[in-house]
Amino acid sequence: MGILILFWATATVAVASAIAMLFMRNAVHSALMLIVNFFCIAVFFLMLGSQFLFVVQIIVYAGAIMVLFLFVIMLLGVDPQERLRERIPGQRWVALLLGAGLVAEIVVAVRLGLGLSSGHAARLAALNRGGNVRALAGVLFNRYFFPFEVTSVLLIVAAVGVVLLGRRQAGDASARSGASSGATGTGPAQVMPGPGSEPGGDLERVP
Amino acid sequence: MGLIPYVPLIPLAAAVILLLTGKLWRGRSAGWLATAAIAASFALAVALLVKLDAMPAAHRELAHHVYEWITVGTFTVGVTFQADPLSIVMALTVTGIGSLIFLYSIGYMDGDERFPRYFAYLSLFVFFMLTLVLADNFLLLYVGWEGVGLCSYLLIGFWFERASAANAAKKAFIVTRIGDAAFLIGIVLVWTHFHTLEFAAVFAGAGSTAFTTRSATVIALLFLAGAAGKSAQLPLHTWLPDAMEGPTPVSALIHAATMVTAGVYLIVRSLPIIERSPDAMTTIAILGVVTSIYAGFSAIGQDDIKRVLAYSTISQVGLMIFAAGLGDPSAAIFLLVAHAFFKALLFLSAGSVIHGLHDEQDMMRMGGLRKAMPFTAVAWIIGALAIAGVPPLSGFFAKDEAVAAAGLLGRDGLWICGLIASFLTAVYMGRATFMVFFGAPRYEGEPHEPAPVMRVPMGVLAFGTLFAGLLGVSPTTGILPTYLGAPVFPSNAPSEFVLDTIAVVLALLGLGLAWFAYGSGRIDWVALRVRFAWVKRPLQRGLYVDDAYGLVLGDGGKLAAAALAAFDRSWVDGLVGLVAHATESLASVGRRLQTGLVRTYAAAFLLGAVCVLWFLVLRAT
Amino acid sequence: MKTPTEWYLIVSALLFTIGTVGVLVRRNALVIFMSIELQLNAVNLTLVAFSRQWGNLVGQVLAFFSMTVAAAEVVVGLAIIVALYRKRGTANVDDANLLRW
Repeated sequence: MGILILFWATATVAVASAIAMLFMRNAVHSALMLIVNFFCIAVFFLMLGSQFLFVVQIIVYAGAIMVLFLFVIMLLGVDPQERLRERIPGQRWVALLLGAGLVAEIVVAVRLGLGLSSGHAARLAALNRGGNVRALAGVLFNRYFFPFEVTSVLLIVAAVGVVLLGRRQAGDASARSGASSGATGTGPAQVMPGPGSEPGGDLERVP
Repeated sequence: MGLIPYVPLIPLAAAVILLLTGKLWRGRSAGWLATAAIAASFALAVALLVKLDAMPAAHRELAHHVYEWITVGTFTVGVTFQADPLSIVMALTVTGIGSLIFLYSIGYMDGDERFPRYFAYLSLFVFFMLTLVLADNFLLLYVGWEGVGLCSYLLIGFWFERASAANAAKKAFIVTRIGDAAFLIGIVLVWTHFHTLEFAAVFAGAGSTAFTTRSATVIALLFLAGAAGKSAQLPLHTWLPDAMEGPTPVSALIHAATMVTAGVYLIVRSLPIIERSPDAMTTIAILGVVTSIYAGFSAIGQDDIKRVLAYSTISQVGLMIFAAGLGDPSAAIFLLVAHAFFKALLFLSAGSVIHGLHDEQDMMRMGGLRKAMPFTAVAWIIGALAIAGVPPLSGFFAKDEAVAAAGLLGRDGLWICGLIASFLTAVYMGRATFMVFFGAPRYEGEPHEPAPVMRVPMGVLAFGTLFAGLLGVSPTTGILPTYLGAPVFPSNAPSEFVLDTIAVVLALLGLGLAWFAYGSGRIDWVALRVRFAWVKRPLQRGLYVDDAYGLVLGDGGKLAAAALAAFDRSWVDGLVGLVAHATESLASVGRRLQTGLVRTYAAAFLLGAVCVLWFLVLRAT
Repeated sequence: MKTPTEWYLIVSALLFTIGTVGVLVRRNALVIFMSIELQLNAVNLTLVAFSRQWGNLVGQVLAFFSMTVAAAEVVVGLAIIVALYRKRGTANVDDANLLRW
């Protein structure tokens, strides 16, 4: 009973915050709404028996990614008020129509029970004996070890790419206008992150 | 037998030499070379005649196979020259008259800057003409046929600096081409029926019943079309009067004695095929006599001395074809030979007059020339009397034999037409004679007789004109008829004497009429010309046949071309333009898809994804 | 009494759709990016829901990897947006229409 109430409450907040994110004129406000949404999803993870992901969601998504977003928003000095008028004729109608169609489809699919066989929640509880982290580690480092290592390479590549992309070019508008940017250095030399990075560990150092 | 190929080849050699080395020949030496070549051919032809004469009558044929020209599967054509009575007579005429004209040309063309080339063309022409008459198959004949057409073009347009000469040459070639095309189709049909083109085999097969009258009619009419083109008969006669732009000896040789008679030769040679179709024979006879009458009337209206002779040629050749169509080939050939003599004589005399008056051809500016140029006048008068049919000159025997054949066969309608043609001949020749040589002088300058080198051929031709009649005194027992094969006339035919008398009376009547009008001084014919200009003008324009062609084909062709051009511009170009325009319109609509905005592209993605998802969901239900 | 998996799926669908509509409607590049992140999260939710449904941890592992990759992707994407902003002086997506007809 309690869990149902929790579910409905969380679901409402999640959807409401998502819609709010859509409607906010100010980019910072949108980011904040999204953070609320992420928290709700974290709760969902918890309810679904994945404690590890609950924590990781908060730390990585809400804690790192959204912070990064906020940094960039404030760095760019984005125009705080986006124009209300839609310049592409019919775009909003198309979006609403297609969105409705998408939802309808998925609801139909779900209702038809596509892909849903009989549940085995009990098994999951058995698996989680000894803690979700241990169980996850057991799967991750045994069966999915190779993708795990590849992901680490991916992160290194991303870091390198970001460093390269972040360099100031000669024709930059903000360089011309002389806008100061506190976090970025003006010279080509950047501090390269060290090797052997763990997932999520490099994010603080990226400008 | 080995002699036969040399008859055409010696003039060919002369032609090639003169074409390649023309400029090296100084003075008149080129002319003497060409004359010697054709005289040699004449000598060889005489030798062949003697040889043939020694053979029995039924087997008079010599052939010499030079080489196998075409072998494609079952289609074989060889270059083989044959000598039989018909071809030898033709060859003798060509080379004999030709030699005299070559001699005359040496004097006439003296001083012309392209003197050697003239003789090269003339020799080339003789080669082709001899190939034509000595061929033993239709294709080789056709080679000669086309070759003489080419040389005619070259010689008519010899003074090509004159636009009128160049146009006349083109006209001659193009009009005869129409006939040539029909002739070629006829040859193809011959091959279709007989699977061979050799005369002997074809004529042997012509008698079989497998060769239907219908096929014979078709082939005969096609051959007639070819002959009409080459021999200037209606309706393909318009080139001959204009062909007088060429030098007068050319007119004498090609357009009087030889090339225009090629059509007659073709019909006479092909009689075994043509006789299978009585309708074709009648058509040929009618065409011949109608052309003859038409040309006779037209000749009365001409003021240019050479054009009178041109229409006269059309008229006489018409009578030859008339005779062939009646089934009397020997009469046709006899007239051909006699006509060669007197027409060449008339042309050379005309050339002498023109030369003496310094290139004056308008008869209105001549008159009374018999006092200044007596020799020429005598030569002309001999020729004129001959062509009018006054006995005992050759023309009487030859022309009236042709006309009398109709009467002897009992075809009175055609006979009367033939008499009308003869009457007209006398009228126009008389008119020309009296206008040029009699009456008060209307010319300027001091005319003089031509050089001896020109007078000798005229004299020889006059002699021949006087006595060539001996060759065919009687249509049934004369020398030439028996040589060529005399026709058999029905026994109830009127007597020859009666027919001939009627013809002579008409000839004298015609001459008398001409004398009365032009020579006697009793009628002011100069004023009459003006008064009756509405009669004279159509006659002079040849009853506007040529003008009609120009209007229908020339202007009509230009109109059709303009219409097609307009159609092309508006419809065809418009269609292409329409395609381009449609593409452009379509593209200008389609390009609006490229908004350049990411969000519209994103919307497109979403649309696609939604559709795919719906498809999958619906499929699973 | 556990919450039926279908509910989670429907919530996830709603969130995904809202994210999609956000991509189409908003003009600010950063907000579009945030909508994409919302989409990714909705999918993660679906994955974990199915993980519970079928009683194995594959879904959770997949969600884990998805998060990792999303992090890397955000990093690079933001760097691109920053570079674009420096070049053009605007973060408005509609201003990048050079491929227009």
